[in-house]
Amino acid sequence: MAELLEQVRAAREAGDYQRLTDLVPYARLLGMRLEPCRAQGGLCIRMPYREDLIGRPGSGSLHGGVLGAFLEHAAIMQILWHAESCCLPRIVNFHVDYLRRAGEAETHATVEIRRQGRRVANVHASAWQSDPDRPVAAARGHFLLAPPEGVSP
Amino acid sequence: MHTQAPESAGPGIERARYLFETSPHGRLIGLELVEIAADEIVTRVPYREELIGNPETGHIHGGVITTLIDQSCGAAVLMRTGAEERVVTLDLRVDHLRPAEPGRDVYARCQCYRLAEEVAFARASAYEIDAGEPFATSMSTFMRLREGGGRG
Repeated sequence: MAELLEQVRAAREAGDYQRLTDLVPYARLLGMRLEPCRAQGGLCIRMPYREDLIGRPGSGSLHGGVLGAFLEHAAIMQILWHAESCCLPRIVNFHVDYLRRAGEAETHATVEIRRQGRRVANVHASAWQSDPDRPVAAARGHFLLAPPEGVSP
Repeated sequence: MHTQAPESAGPGIERARYLFETSPHGRLIGLELVEIAADEIVTRVPYREELIGNPETGHIHGGVITTLIDQSCGAAVLMRTGAEERVVTLDLRVDHLRPAEPGRDVYARCQCYRLAEEVAFARASAYEIDAGEPFATSMSTFMRLREGGGRG
């Protein structure tokens, strides 16, 4: 568990952000990109459009599951980036509202850690394509920050 | 893929099956239909290293479970709607009761338990071996679209 956090710290210190993406196989499969955000201080998280991310053939619309997965992973990485978690946050629940059609364009995530306690974090995240004020999906979820019982951090 | 359609197979069932055969992202993660019953469907994502969310434990990423449930519940709704309809997800909640066991295929059992005029409600549970011991449960809502357009 601690090893992963070490890798995140090392990636941040080395300025090697591609390593952050490559840490998690599923994020690599989705083609997610993580870079430091000059403006807000956290991570800028995006996912370039690809045809194998769409749900229904011929629709040109991202799969609802992809948007949910993108937001969930964005939330996890933003928690890790702030490095207040001793290990990989474990998801408790996640609730996604689908607001608009997500078309053939790059998708971005905005993540807000609403509360981070010792054991649990509450995170709100939204996905948008051309305009952050017109999100295509919005989600909220809870993540456990402590290691499972019997595992040392 | 082993699919069994009940005697009363309607146009919706064919469309649910078609969705699993053709969905580009469903195919990317290996999402497949296992069984179609009168009022529910069972689907599966075979365990693969590319789907891992925690490289230290080998746990599948929660996002894979979201996709498994979203597409499967959408298909469960399609099974109850007319031939010309499409559905889009309005909202979807997943409770992760425990992590899915590493190395195991993951299954979802989904049911559309209320088909209203404009919307449909679905529930799902996800498990590795025993449907009675799910690692995740889910509630979702879908919008019915009787004409073209909208999300996919």
